[in-house]
Amino acid sequence: MKLDEIISILDAELLCSIEEKSNIEIIMACGADLMSDVLAFIKSEALLLTGLTTPQVIYSAENSGVDVICFVRGKLPPTETIDLAIEKKIILLATKNPMFESCGRLYKNGVIGCSEFGKQ
Amino acid sequence: MKTKDFKKPTKTQELTYELKVEQVMCKDVTTLKSDSTMNDVRWILKDKKISGIPVMDDDKLVGIITTEDLIICLLEDGEIDEEVKNRMTKNVVSVYSDEPVVQVVSKFVKSGYGRFPVVDREKNKLIGIITKGDIIEGLLKQLEIEYHKEEILRERANHIFKDVVSDSSILTLKYLVKGGDFKKAGEQTSKLRKSLVRLGFLPETIRRVAIASFEAEMNMVIFTPGGEIVAKIQPDTIMVNAMDSGPGIPDVKKAMRKGYSTAPDWVRELGFGAGMGLPNIKNYSDKMTLESKVNEGTNLSFIIYTKRNED
Repeated sequence: MKLDEIISILDAELLCSIEEKSNIEIIMACGADLMSDVLAFIKSEALLLTGLTTPQVIYSAENSGVDVICFVRGKLPPTETIDLAIEKKIILLATKNPMFESCGRLYKNGVIGCSEFGKQ
Repeated sequence: MKTKDFKKPTKTQELTYELKVEQVMCKDVTTLKSDSTMNDVRWILKDKKISGIPVMDDDKLVGIITTEDLIICLLEDGEIDEEVKNRMTKNVVSVYSDEPVVQVVSKFVKSGYGRFPVVDREKNKLIGIITKGDIIEGLLKQLEIEYHKEEILRERANHIFKDVVSDSSILTLKYLVKGGDFKKAGEQTSKLRKSLVRLGFLPETIRRVAIASFEAEMNMVIFTPGGEIVAKIQPDTIMVNAMDSGPGIPDVKKAMRKGYSTAPDWVRELGFGAGMGLPNIKNYSDKMTLESKVNEGTNLSFIIYTKRNED
């Protein structure tokens, strides 16, 4: 799924875009507020949905190969998080929808969970 | 779809702040005198393949004449032998050579002009001309230079193990971690990660090292006064030691259990400290050892066997 479609499904705002990644394709997603869970279970290239907005979310994404993060529940990250995302070339979105609804909308539209990846 | 204005500039925008006019302007300027004719203008525009010419009288910039002026002159049945001074724009907006490119971009937008003469601020002399095309070309060149810099670093580092002569080479990288500095937590692993990318390790290997090292760094920041992460890198093995100076883990076995954590609430609120860190490190590494003495410190080490991008 293209980024534009994700943005429209989630009613999201684009907080920071990365030119060379604008054509990115999203197949799966992971929703978590616990970064250790993200580090344990997320797969490379998945979309990360989270309510946490600290710089460590960006580091978690960088280390696990995540290119797109969407902040849920209307949370907006502080500037240091956005700065870091730009430096690490990670796309940031924000939606007012809560976590469950955001995940549900994406799942309903065909975005799979990380644990399902490769099982088809 | 809702999109918001970007809060932070893109790389290209950033470069427009860094680059100065003199770095992108055209230095080879053809000029005319105010008593030159529109016919001269026509030939210069054609021969030089340009669209505007500064008009100078005795080293003084008195106007600018463009393709548009020539077309208007012809449309109005003007004489091709007419003098330039009757057709040129007299109130010339010029820019200084030491201005950042971003200011010129905004002047282009505001004025609608196609070019600006460039003047040296001290000598007040014409030293160049700048068009939107020059700016685009300058930006592309600069982007290429920066891209090449990273490529060269990567190229050099990628060959390090082949270039040094020994029976076995170990590259040691040390990173200092400050305890309690949650804002910077993760920075050191990010540096290690960058180095591994440059050294040409495969993404999957880098991912494993980075995640394990990040968890170790987080533990160090959360629980200890600080310490160091030392990576010993060989072509086929990466060994990472995370050593801190206290307070130590009273029961290592318990600490290794999933879900066991002594982290305070503020740490949990930040998405860590749920007793997953050490199990994660163990999961992502091929070997892991944890030694700890209360009040003395902890030494965590893990090994990951690697695959490298051979070229």
